[in-house]
Amino acid sequence: MKARANIKDFLFEKTTALFALCVLTLTLLLFGLLVRESLPAIRKIGASFATNTTWDPVLEEFGALPFLYGTVVSSFLAILIALPLGVGAAIFINEFAPEWLKTPISFLAELLAAIPSVIYGLWGIFVLVPILRDYFMKPISYALGWIPLFQGPVYGPSMLAAGVLLSIMILPFILSVSREVLATVPRVQKEAVLSLGGTHWEMIRIVIGQHCIPGIFGATILGLGRALGETMAVTMVIGNRPDIVLSLFQPGYSMAAVIANEFTEATGDLYLSALVEIGLVLFLLTIVLNFAAKLILKRFTPAASKRTGR
Amino acid sequence: MKSVAYRRKATDRIMKALFLLSALLVILPLFLIFSDLLWKGAKGLKWSLLTDLPRPVGEPGGGIANGILGTLTVTGLAMAGGIPLAVLSGIYLAEYGKGAFASVVRFAVDLLAGVPSIIMGIFGYVLWVLPMKRFSAWAGASALAMIFIPIVVRTTEEMLKTVPVPVREAALALGIERWKTTLFITVRTASAGIITGVLLAMARILGETAPLLFTALGNQFWQTGLDQPIAAIPLQVFSYAISPYDDWHDKAWAGAVFLILMVLVLSIGARLLVRTRR
Amino acid sequence: MENAIEVKTLSAWFGDHQVLREITMGIRRNSVTSVMGPSGCGKSTFIRCLNRMHDLTPGFRMTGEVLFDGRNVISEKVDPVLLRRKVGMVFQQPNPFPRMSVFANVAVGLRFNGKGKSKSEIVEVVERSLRMAALWDEVKDHLDQMGSSLSGGQQQRLCIARALAVEPEVLLMDEPCSALDPVSTSKIEDLIEDLSEKYTIVVVTHNMQQAARISDSVAFFLLGELVEMDKSAKMFTNPSDRRTEEYITGRFG
Repeated sequence: MKARANIKDFLFEKTTALFALCVLTLTLLLFGLLVRESLPAIRKIGASFATNTTWDPVLEEFGALPFLYGTVVSSFLAILIALPLGVGAAIFINEFAPEWLKTPISFLAELLAAIPSVIYGLWGIFVLVPILRDYFMKPISYALGWIPLFQGPVYGPSMLAAGVLLSIMILPFILSVSREVLATVPRVQKEAVLSLGGTHWEMIRIVIGQHCIPGIFGATILGLGRALGETMAVTMVIGNRPDIVLSLFQPGYSMAAVIANEFTEATGDLYLSALVEIGLVLFLLTIVLNFAAKLILKRFTPAASKRTGR
Repeated sequence: MKSVAYRRKATDRIMKALFLLSALLVILPLFLIFSDLLWKGAKGLKWSLLTDLPRPVGEPGGGIANGILGTLTVTGLAMAGGIPLAVLSGIYLAEYGKGAFASVVRFAVDLLAGVPSIIMGIFGYVLWVLPMKRFSAWAGASALAMIFIPIVVRTTEEMLKTVPVPVREAALALGIERWKTTLFITVRTASAGIITGVLLAMARILGETAPLLFTALGNQFWQTGLDQPIAAIPLQVFSYAISPYDDWHDKAWAGAVFLILMVLVLSIGARLLVRTRR
Repeated sequence: MENAIEVKTLSAWFGDHQVLREITMGIRRNSVTSVMGPSGCGKSTFIRCLNRMHDLTPGFRMTGEVLFDGRNVISEKVDPVLLRRKVGMVFQQPNPFPRMSVFANVAVGLRFNGKGKSKSEIVEVVERSLRMAALWDEVKDHLDQMGSSLSGGQQQRLCIARALAVEPEVLLMDEPCSALDPVSTSKIEDLIEDLSEKYTIVVVTHNMQQAARISDSVAFFLLGELVEMDKSAKMFTNPSDRRTEEYITGRFG
């Protein structure tokens, strides 16, 4: 029974480690390539990249602020809509829905998450935008068009359309993370409020509200991270106009959308480099947000914190 | 006193109604989208959709046949490279992953999982399109692989971790070597879950458009080689959708129906796999 | 050699915490030796030293000797894999390999043991092992059934068959009946008696009556120490150590 040098165990472990190393290398490579290709633009354009509101490739003027603005506004709009709906639906499913209803509803919500972005965009162009335009934007523009938020001619493709479409796309994530967060509330606390004569809503407000705020916050950041990176659906309904206007009814542009639209058209190295720089900013933003979300959600459930990334 | 009780009850009822409303509103888009898909897609769903190459506007027929082949090609390539890389990495993390190196790898995988897919397109472009000076299936596949890999690493690790310790102990107590235990017992026990993870990741990359926009680029004809631009269904749906022609819009809907069917069959099939093989 | 295993001043630590104190005992060949004692006395830890299962536990340390087949098997020079093929183990909770058939479960050890048996040889060994485990008649027409579809008692016998298939010399059993109902328990106790003609069996049990029923010798452990070991009749009627007597008469445990 002499000991073998256990070569096979060693080789197996090291082989799998090698593959893991490859994955790590790919990540570093991704980061490295993004940085390398944006360097020319970073050097030449400098800080004006983030402050200049003019994006004119012909004149070699690369101010990326319109895209930053558009990404942030459309994403925040999406959160504004999706958060109350998602949390509300999560509360409904966890607290009020009969058992037999829970699985089908979650299944349907998951189905929403499986729909490819381009199909959302397709639906957005031909269904959502016309509906928004005719039943929402046009009447409001008529009545309240003097308010800066609603100013300007209504074409259809707009910041609002992008925000609404994005909200639908991030709903499933907000819903499932919220559900997981809600499920961590100890039963005893809930029962305590109810046994003191509180109504169901009061129990929710007191116990869940208090306990789940950080978790819901984490869900928000997660949803934000996802919304920031959405490309196809956004570019199909946002109008793709690099202007910064307050009005939600006007077309806008986003970081992901401009990369999608202009990458193949980019003539000249600086142009391409500027686009990659936008990509780098997007990359860094989503990383920061995802990790913030993960840190916050770690306190809740391991499952919830694994939801980062699509 | 009575009015306070009334108010509390009323508030309770209103809030309950609002929660119900939220749930309905969440589900509503799903029904709208699916009904629109069926309704509008039905028009363009003919056999010619699946068998024809794209034709110029005005000509009858025309389809996404090259897109179907193209999607299968880039997805297949991405998986050919992605599956071994991801599954073996997942095995490493689950079985040997206790040190600092493993933590760093996990960090990297989580990072990758959150990167927007268009950034992976830039990756594919810089890695393949620039040096090769042309768009290609390779570039598209590598972009898709970067999306595929983090998903499968995670699900593989998770599934392996669910294999109970007694199962491993029983194998080791029989005098089976550690690597054989891992490969033939542990992995085998978790295999349904691992395959499910792979299928779900596949469903995800099938539908991706952004990473292919400037890597695979798209092609009006059959691909002539893996180092050439290649068509893919999501790309075709996109270009048909943003075109100014009504009949191409119909094709966009029809293509979308086909695409969503592929995605759904894979997603639901993957979930059923876990259930039946239990 | 009368003793299949000779344990000499075996001590063990989990980190800084000592769990076994200089255990010295002999385990007779082809007999049933029970190891009993209250919870936490180290009996499971002890039995797992005999087949080096603690190799997987970080922070575990052993000193002393466990002599088997002429060698000190706890030394690093001995390959635990080869040891475990001669010293098999059955666990407290039946743990057949999930999603593998009854047949595959029993054959697993042979398939991955590197002994290169042919298909017909494997079939033969599987049948023989199942017969020895008193399970053959119940499963012979259902060999393709999932191992997990059997009842608890059957699963445990399946695990015994699985362990026997690799033809060990010693069979270690860690509370093999504690998860089973009385009927299955008595079936397995009968089985242990039969098996002891060909195998050396060491059974950890917290059930004194069981120890009295099935064993030839009994070792009483307390707080990591071997308090007393003797023929089972003597242990239960006239123990030498006062602590043994107190345990047996139920004053603690």
